[in-house]
Amino acid sequence: MGKRLRVVDVERCVDCLLCAFACARRFGGGGLAKSAIAVRSVGGMERGFVVVVCRACEDPPCLAVCPVGAIRKVEVGVRVDADRCIGCSMCVEACAIGAVQWDAVERKPVICVHCGLCAQYCPHSVLAHEEV
Amino acid sequence: MPGALHRVLFVDLARHRSWVEDRADLYSESLGGAGVAIELLREHCPERCDPLAPENPIVLAVGPLTSLYPLASKTVAMFKSPLTGNLGESHCGGRSAMALRLAGYGAMVIMDRSPTPVYLSVDAGGVRFRDARTLWGMSSSLTAGRVMLEREGGAGHRTVLRIGPAGENLVTYAGVTVETYRHFGRLGMGAVMGSKHLKGIVIAGNGDLPVADRGAYQRTYRDLYTRAVRSPAMRKYYELGTPENLGPLSAMGALPVRNLQATGYGTEPPLEGEALAREHLGRRLACSHCPTACIHLAALREPHPEAPYFYKTTFVSYDYEPLYALGTMLGVEQPEDALRLLDVVEHLGLDAMSAGVALAWATEAFERGLLDEKALGGLRPAWGDARVYATMLECIARRAGPLYTLLGEGVDAAAAEYGGDSYALAFGGLEMPGYHTGPGAHLTHLTGARHSHLDSAGYAFDQEDMKAGQSRSPKELARALLTEEARRQVLSSLVVCFFARGLYDADTCVACLSAVEKERNWDDLMALGEDILRRKHAFKAREGFEFDALRIPARTLEVPTPLGGLSENTLREAISEVERLLASGERFSHG
Repeated sequence: MGKRLRVVDVERCVDCLLCAFACARRFGGGGLAKSAIAVRSVGGMERGFVVVVCRACEDPPCLAVCPVGAIRKVEVGVRVDADRCIGCSMCVEACAIGAVQWDAVERKPVICVHCGLCAQYCPHSVLAHEEV
Repeated sequence: MPGALHRVLFVDLARHRSWVEDRADLYSESLGGAGVAIELLREHCPERCDPLAPENPIVLAVGPLTSLYPLASKTVAMFKSPLTGNLGESHCGGRSAMALRLAGYGAMVIMDRSPTPVYLSVDAGGVRFRDARTLWGMSSSLTAGRVMLEREGGAGHRTVLRIGPAGENLVTYAGVTVETYRHFGRLGMGAVMGSKHLKGIVIAGNGDLPVADRGAYQRTYRDLYTRAVRSPAMRKYYELGTPENLGPLSAMGALPVRNLQATGYGTEPPLEGEALAREHLGRRLACSHCPTACIHLAALREPHPEAPYFYKTTFVSYDYEPLYALGTMLGVEQPEDALRLLDVVEHLGLDAMSAGVALAWATEAFERGLLDEKALGGLRPAWGDARVYATMLECIARRAGPLYTLLGEGVDAAAAEYGGDSYALAFGGLEMPGYHTGPGAHLTHLTGARHSHLDSAGYAFDQEDMKAGQSRSPKELARALLTEEARRQVLSSLVVCFFARGLYDADTCVACLSAVEKERNWDDLMALGEDILRRKHAFKAREGFEFDALRIPARTLEVPTPLGGLSENTLREAISEVERLLASGERFSHG
């Protein structure tokens, strides 16, 4: 089986965003437009954070709502066919935890591919890349 | 080109207009950060203008490494300082640098004064001017920040800068709070914002950053990251944070206590890093793109004054410098008391360091009879009395009466009126940082371009000399300090956090820049660092700064340092050498 990304101890998150920057570097450059993982504070930084990333649903709502069939299921998670995608952003709305990110530059969804690069760059062991 | 570093965002507060100028010229010559900011300041700040007049601009700048490498997490602010009357420069992390760069700007220049209070909402599409009349006069800078963030909502990674009552009331050392726990603390940027009727700035960014050589970028990043998380040099900031310094400084007799009447508590000082962490540390946070997480928040649990079984838990960010200034300098030794004072300055939007030193001077002046209870509004400052200090901080922020108004303009201003200048601990007009290590520390405070301990870190040279059992001649010390200050101009132009100065050695800086921008060699970068430093001094001279006019408070000469008593002649000799090297135009970082 493949590996899935998992948030194992969110209490250790310090909001450094190294996970998000690592994710964006998959495409070679820097910045955050292409990051599939996000960190948000829970009502003030002192209250801690949530790490928002694809949970690799059994029955993915993002796939179900896509009007052009641009999202397909793979062994762990989904893949977006950027050529087929029309940029309607319905997948963004469909994900209950908000794990479908939006690349405002390309106007396409960005969804985690469970490669585990972010976990390699998490200095505080918040994330793990585990066998499913 | 969208997202390019050389896009400079200009904001005209008087006309509520904004526009972008392409300044590729500036960025190719001066990298970014401090190098670019000093040019923008020189261009847009009219000679000898009143720092609190609309003409004084605020420049915010990031650099070529911002948001591309770990620990490249700072924004450089420049303005004419209302405290010193010359160069105002302050660096801040949080999310500020990331948000500005990912919004697609390398710098921002804020000009003129709004007719009514506003805050700015900035993103890739430009600037929106938001009515802040309802936020003006709020008792806490934290509430105002939360309101701005909630109102703006929106996508992207956001930062929020704002002032508190101290900035609105033009206290000349009012700071700017960023997120909740970081600051453009020193030299009065908060007052300059207040003078512009600018309550805050929200910046949201989420862009892409192209790099010159993708393969080299990935390799350089991986190497730097690995060193950053394994480095013992970073562990100090990571575990206990900067308060780790307090114990060693106290043991060596370099920790200012009660307005530098004493220099330590021996080996068991109050407010020491290990005990604070054990008893109070509630959470740690990082600036964006920094694995170190040096931001330490104490969880202060206190009973409600009236209701039984009613507790509130306040999170207070603590660091060495505020603990020194509002703790040991005031004889405040209970951690809860010091943390409460830190919280008060956070809400009021004061620079913790200048505020603490001002209160320390007032306490001694009261003891010596220069100030009476009437001038103090019925208050009786006493070492260790955190309650009276909290009220005095409120009085300073609100400029309640002539004495507190002067205290809100720094100890030099207060001592000029009431006397007691021998123990008014300011250097170049800026209140003293927490280092009485030896000649190096005080020469940094005297000769550093912004009179900050971080300019050239003389305290580190003193500690080196202590360990080695050596001493440097004034000329050697002058050259060593200037060389370090020039190197730091490179770091603050890239822009890299000074805590990472050990990681960003010459080879690393060159490799990082070459991968994302273009090939540069270290010798050229150091020449640029010297040049930037000279440009800062040219600005200072233009605004009336003179090395000869520097005042050395007698207290710093009377109280021995771990390296012995300091002599005014030796310090003056080193100051002259700094001045000579800067004026000569020769490369001082060679040899």
